[in-house]
Amino acid sequence: MADLTSEFLGITSPNPFWLASAPPTDKAYNVNRAFEAGWGGAVWKTLGEEGPPIVNVSGPRYGALHSNERRVIGFNNIELITDRPLQTNLDEIRQIKRDWPDRALVASVMLPMTEKAWKENLPRIEDTGCDAFELNFGCPHGMSERGMGSAVGQVPEYIQMATEWAKSAASIPVIVKLTPNVTNIVPPAKAALDGGADAVSLINTINSIMRVDYDTLTMYPTTDGMGTHGGYCGEAVKPIALNMVAEIARTRETGALPISGIGGVTDWRDAVDFLALGASNVQVCTAAMVYGFKIIEDLVDGLSTFLDDKGIALQDLIGKAVPSVTDWQYLNLNYVEKAVIDQDLCIKCGRCHVVCEDTSHQAITHTVNGERHFEVIDDECVGCNLCVSVCPVDRCITMKQTSDPDGDKLNWTAHPNNPMRTS
Amino acid sequence: MSDSPDIRSGRLGSDELAANFGDLHPPLSRSEALIEADRCYFCFDAPCTAACPTGIDIPAFIQKIRSDNIRGSARSILGENIMGGMCARVCPTEVLCEEACVRNTHEEKPVEIGLLQRYATDPIIKDHIQLFPRAAASGKTVAVVGGGPAGLSCAHRLAMLGHDVVVFNRDDKIGGLNEYGIAAYKTVDDFAQTEIDYILSIGGIEVRKNCALGTDVMLDELCEQFDAVFLGIGLGQSNDLGIEGEDKQGVVNAIDYIAELRQADDLTKLPVGSTVVVIGGGMTAIDIAVQSRHLGAEQVHMVYRRGPDDMSASAFEQALAQTSGVTIHHRAPPKRILGNGHVTGVEFETDAGKLVLFADMVFKAIGQRLSAIEGPVTKNGRIVIDGWHRTSMDKVWAGGDCVAEGDDLTVTAVQHGKVAAVDIDRYLRGQDDG
Repeated sequence: MADLTSEFLGITSPNPFWLASAPPTDKAYNVNRAFEAGWGGAVWKTLGEEGPPIVNVSGPRYGALHSNERRVIGFNNIELITDRPLQTNLDEIRQIKRDWPDRALVASVMLPMTEKAWKENLPRIEDTGCDAFELNFGCPHGMSERGMGSAVGQVPEYIQMATEWAKSAASIPVIVKLTPNVTNIVPPAKAALDGGADAVSLINTINSIMRVDYDTLTMYPTTDGMGTHGGYCGEAVKPIALNMVAEIARTRETGALPISGIGGVTDWRDAVDFLALGASNVQVCTAAMVYGFKIIEDLVDGLSTFLDDKGIALQDLIGKAVPSVTDWQYLNLNYVEKAVIDQDLCIKCGRCHVVCEDTSHQAITHTVNGERHFEVIDDECVGCNLCVSVCPVDRCITMKQTSDPDGDKLNWTAHPNNPMRTS
Repeated sequence: MSDSPDIRSGRLGSDELAANFGDLHPPLSRSEALIEADRCYFCFDAPCTAACPTGIDIPAFIQKIRSDNIRGSARSILGENIMGGMCARVCPTEVLCEEACVRNTHEEKPVEIGLLQRYATDPIIKDHIQLFPRAAASGKTVAVVGGGPAGLSCAHRLAMLGHDVVVFNRDDKIGGLNEYGIAAYKTVDDFAQTEIDYILSIGGIEVRKNCALGTDVMLDELCEQFDAVFLGIGLGQSNDLGIEGEDKQGVVNAIDYIAELRQADDLTKLPVGSTVVVIGGGMTAIDIAVQSRHLGAEQVHMVYRRGPDDMSASAFEQALAQTSGVTIHHRAPPKRILGNGHVTGVEFETDAGKLVLFADMVFKAIGQRLSAIEGPVTKNGRIVIDGWHRTSMDKVWAGGDCVAEGDDLTVTAVQHGKVAAVDIDRYLRGQDDG
């Protein structure tokens, strides 16, 4: 089995799977269970400054987007940072790090935007023996109304300022956790880098309302009839997270910044996605909250088996797919693919036909010689991949290149239809 | 074996009988229904719909189950088939919609369409939720002869279209074979009457019971008194074997015994033989064979003159009989019934020679035929109709088992009644193009 020992900012852990800062990491009890189950590390639930404890709602904190089988596809929460006394958390962090020296233990922090707050609090937290700080500039609910969390993460200048304060107060590595509630993730990442961050982690959760209650016609869930947007996470957000990770990884100024990938990791393939697109490790929360800590077995076993099959080391996987990500304008417009339906696998549901007919290019038959028969009309097919996407049978419809593999490439920057063409 | 036949009641206790005659396919819970509904691929030009004799848009009703729109789902079903509740229970789905399901090709397990249909329709029927308002009164009145699936389907559609209907029913209870003929474990809790109550609750349908065509009421009189007549009279006579000894005691028409069973208040009081021989290869033969076993018959033989593929009972039904402990014999036409006053056995002819099966009771389940009727032209013992179910007589339509296009299925009869009603409506409104 491939060795999954992971190193991130000089912090080693037996595998690249850390629990993200969230409810599963709020107490020693939970973190102990996680480490017993085999998790490589944990980012402790975000700590705030000393003072009266944080107050959470006592109604629903979580909401879920379900499939009909009630599989949780998306998840959101309005929980604030830890609502336990700071000293209690610090004592437990110290004890856990002592009990589990081989695991990564990172302290997530969220502090007011004053240099004093960072100067006072970080050394006290660092004294627990934690391996690094993660600055929570991402939570989009509650704390952001108080000028913290995503309120910081949405303003690159604030990110840089707070990162600088953190770096000057800390002697251990500083990871900046970014909010996805921005139009372009690169400036916040750049700001973190400019502030001296050792790494970024992303994504935090996305502003969201899960749905309406169909009986009361109020939003759902609510606290005493009123609700507020929560942070969205889980499988459904992975594509958004992957794009943001890849954007940072492929941008020249930020490309060297280590990334801890977060957002919907549920099985080992999700981890491969993040790692190949530039993350050096991954953090997980929702899958653990939905299935419990035991999922680490599949994550570790699956990733290790995959690396064995590929014959590569974990380190070789990191960033492997980044060079394949580019701007639309650089895509080869001379390249042509057509869909091909494998008639032996086709179950004749006709979904490919109806979606192509109704919403795309009328390129799939429904009847041939009086028989129910679905096949691609090459002349009409634009290779859009819609039929592949909707076909319920795996590998029944595939895309085949029809253009000359040795032909000239042509992208938009040089295309004759582009009045701004450069060559 | 003793000389006197072993026929008696109370072979099984009431608890065991209740279990034996419980729901063959218990209903789906909401969770089960949602999970099953998710399996539907929402096919284009869905093969299941094409395979449904009433043309229910199956993917549409399943989609509505998925989105918790039960009333909408029931509207999709009952709009095409007002007996969608009964059909969900008795349709041989394994040779209709579920056989056509593309999931068979994918994973050899079709979507449970029948159970989903029951899930969507049960609450609507139970609570008498009206999904189809009646059109403005037309002032026309139609006679429907026969209160079975064809007649009730026709009556309901006519009522929907604004006409008044009088149903003339031979028996004391309406429902036809739904009430008297279908195996008890397929329609528990008096569902046939529950469904009929729902159908009639649309209004505008008067029922006259114990009123048989040819004796209590005459077709020519109906033609004079009503604006149109629909015949859904089924097949009133059981076929005879035409062999020696058929008149012996203990030789019973399966259909009559099932009617008795369906009407019995207490199954512990219903006598059944220890050894039972069923002659026939259709649904009724399966139903009587299985129910005999469920009543406590020790040995039940079902004997069919041809091979398993020729049986009109589906493979599922045949397997049901076998797992219920029925022994099926093929390619054995009956030669004679043995016994003195009472049957003691049946002699069959097989390729291997003579086969004699002892029997305390013999059930004949070799089909029914049309009772004699004056008026419409018949052919091969069925009323002749055109594509819109018009008979040779002016103002008279027919459908269900009594026409050549009938196939002994409730769902087909419902379709006949519906199609005829649409044509009758057109005729009554003077849109008749001839």
